[in-house]
Amino acid sequence: MLLVGCVALLLGWTAIGLAGLLRPRSVVLSGRVLFPLGALLGFALAVLAGASLLGGGIERLVLPLGLPGLPAHLRLDPLSSAFLVLLGAASGGISLFAGGYFRAGEGAAPGLLCLQYHLFLASMGLVLLADDAYSFLVAWEAMALSSYFLVTTQHRLAEIRRAGFLYLLMAHVGAICLLLAFGVLQGGSGLFTFAAMRAAHLSPGWAAAAFLLALLGFGAKAGLVPLHVWLPEAHPAAPSPVSALMSGVMLKTAVYGVLRVGLDLLGHPVWWWGLAPLALGLLTIVYGALFAAVQTDMKRLLAYSSVENIGIAFTGVGLTMVFAGSGMPVVAALALLATLYHCLNHSFMKSLLFLGTGAVLHATGERNLGRLGGLMHRMPWVAWLTLVGTLAIAGLPPLNGFVSEWLLLQSFLFTDGLPHALVNLLIPMGAALVALGAALAGYVMVKFYGIIFLGQPREASLVHAHDCGWLERIGLLWLALGCVLLGLFPLQVIGALGAVTAELVGAVVPQASPHWWLLAPVPGRPVSYGPVVFLTATLAVVLMTVLIVRLTYRQRVRRAPAWDCGFGALTARMQDTAEGFGQPIRHIFQPFFEIERELPAPADRAPRYRIAIAERIWKLLYEPLVRAVERLANTVARVQQGRISVYLLYSFATLLVLLAVAMAS
Amino acid sequence: MTHLTLGQQLLDSCAALLLLLSFAMLSQRRVVTLVNLYAVQGAVLTAATLLLAWRTGEGHLYLSAALTLGLKVAFLPWLLHRLIRRLGVYWDTEPLLNVSGTMLVGLVIVVFAFALAQPITLLASTATRSAVGIAVSVVLLAFLMMITRRKAMSQVVGFLSMENGVFFGAMSASYGMPMVVELGVALDVLVGVLVLGVFFFQIRERFESLDLHHLEALKEHE
Repeated sequence: MLLVGCVALLLGWTAIGLAGLLRPRSVVLSGRVLFPLGALLGFALAVLAGASLLGGGIERLVLPLGLPGLPAHLRLDPLSSAFLVLLGAASGGISLFAGGYFRAGEGAAPGLLCLQYHLFLASMGLVLLADDAYSFLVAWEAMALSSYFLVTTQHRLAEIRRAGFLYLLMAHVGAICLLLAFGVLQGGSGLFTFAAMRAAHLSPGWAAAAFLLALLGFGAKAGLVPLHVWLPEAHPAAPSPVSALMSGVMLKTAVYGVLRVGLDLLGHPVWWWGLAPLALGLLTIVYGALFAAVQTDMKRLLAYSSVENIGIAFTGVGLTMVFAGSGMPVVAALALLATLYHCLNHSFMKSLLFLGTGAVLHATGERNLGRLGGLMHRMPWVAWLTLVGTLAIAGLPPLNGFVSEWLLLQSFLFTDGLPHALVNLLIPMGAALVALGAALAGYVMVKFYGIIFLGQPREASLVHAHDCGWLERIGLLWLALGCVLLGLFPLQVIGALGAVTAELVGAVVPQASPHWWLLAPVPGRPVSYGPVVFLTATLAVVLMTVLIVRLTYRQRVRRAPAWDCGFGALTARMQDTAEGFGQPIRHIFQPFFEIERELPAPADRAPRYRIAIAERIWKLLYEPLVRAVERLANTVARVQQGRISVYLLYSFATLLVLLAVAMAS
Repeated sequence: MTHLTLGQQLLDSCAALLLLLSFAMLSQRRVVTLVNLYAVQGAVLTAATLLLAWRTGEGHLYLSAALTLGLKVAFLPWLLHRLIRRLGVYWDTEPLLNVSGTMLVGLVIVVFAFALAQPITLLASTATRSAVGIAVSVVLLAFLMMITRRKAMSQVVGFLSMENGVFFGAMSASYGMPMVVELGVALDVLVGVLVLGVFFFQIRERFESLDLHHLEALKEHE
């Protein structure tokens, strides 16, 4: 019944999208009616999927669509329910914001955007519900195509078309890997339903091949290093609600896919499979965080931060598989929980931040951090709500980012139970990398928030910046509320996610503490975390301090000009810049970056400082790859002679060979 | 030595004539003569069809013979002659492979075709044993002619001659194709020639020549 409801909601999204075409140029119809309606459907989807998650049951449905002999199979189980909750809840906030965000005259017509946007939502929903390879891949490609069109909304700019092409290319490389993975998974049975794949018995070699192909395919979509190159290009190119949706929700469908293939379709994982996502995930964390720290474009910065967070999720997937394969289901459940929790968290906080940048972009027309600053006074709503997301993604308690990273670090500490000595030794180093990533993420977020919202405006035009509209405010408020609630009530969230861990690794994380407010997921270890207590204590300390300060200094307040180091007048140009703030990181981790720097000469009358930071991966991996493909293509192109006689000769030779073969057989 | 009936002997003679005509076309450089040879090939084909119709009493073969006569002996040659006059292409230039070389390759192809037809003729219940081999030879020889010629006009004649081979093969192996298919093929050939005729004018207008090597410029450059 719930599954039918979910399908109806997906159809509803499609219908809303088509309705946008009725009056494609009307901002009122798309923005004020259709997008909020889509948000309502999103919330309804979250409620339905939440009910299914709490029920913990599995529903199946076969639709009379699709290939002959392979109708579309749909299935609603705890894993897909969990991700549907994420899709519905996060997209609800984003859709509300989008309703106020899209305006006429910015790239494609609003009605067209409405269609692409809602098809994107519906296809993501179908990806999560699909129970056979055919409908999964159709939904997967629909998702890639609709998001491609959304990314290239402003297709008149060559730079954006280029970013869109890169995205499409990577999406297709990934889709080819997935196609091959499903081809291996069916194990020669010729049946492409997921049920048949679960039943298929693969030899260990083929199973590992299928998993690696799936990891590559989903990794390309998720932005796993070194397949992440499209992310920092596509996210800044897309309109902000689209970036939010892609980063917050679409990347998670890739995590869903890896979990589905690795833990469900392949059955019981072999422990060393998990080492691949674990290693790549750790690399991705550090890589993403480092590059985020040196960016000067606020949306690129967030894109690299998404890369980092996807690394955290894949690290969790890797740990889950290592533990599950080593016969430690409870710890595997803990790692899986951390993964799911982090996906949920990230969908809220990253969407919030991307929407915040969208509001800033609309208000100022500026993406470059070097030309922003001091927006807190002009845009208090955006600033305060974004602050919540910033703190959450920096992993500060009592917000949600802390909970999932804490759970992940906890699960790292169980490696001493693993029966493999070397892995035992190496995995704790992974915990150190996660911690480094978390610290760098904090650094990045200080830079992000401090340079945009704090200090003084770096440009005169920023004085005219205005706060966002009410629909946008509601959207931001919902996402910020999500960050707070997910942080304050981890126990309830963990309880709801128990059905997923029971389904995938056959265990639930036991609750060692008897109190509703105290999270103690590790039996036998004295670790616990009470976010509500933490918040109460923090608030109490702050209040006490304020009171004491007020009471003590009440009569002795002295007003004087701000201390200005003797310069006379502090100007906005004396603030730390984005480049300056990132400089220590750039310096320490120099080998990671490819830096192109232009320094002014001492006697220069008009000094100019320019720095461009590129990824070495382009030169090391992608450019040789492109050259190899071009060489190969040129070799093949020799077949094309241009002479009709030669073409006829090809046909003639083919005919003779085929006749000879027919004669021989 | 089996004794062949008169009809069978006549049919074999027709087949031999067809093959001979194919070789004649392969060696001929005058385009006008090429078209005439094509017309003669059509006439032989008509005769063979009539013969078969008379022997088997299949009514639709008479219709097929009439169609062949009208289309391949009268209309298409007339159309091609008109094209030749209007385009002024009376001679093909030196073929890519000289005539004697082409003939030698043609011989090899005929041997190959007969070897190929062996299992089919064993299966064939009809009395036209050698005819299948000849039909395949005619198709392949026509193909060879298309490969070796430079002028578009000769290639069209090669294309039409290939269709003759297919037609003869179908007729001798299974007393002709179903009428619908035959009509369809005839229509295809007709339309094909008309389209190619339009192409000739376009090609000549563009390159001021019908020599096909000009088309090499159309390939994608690196």
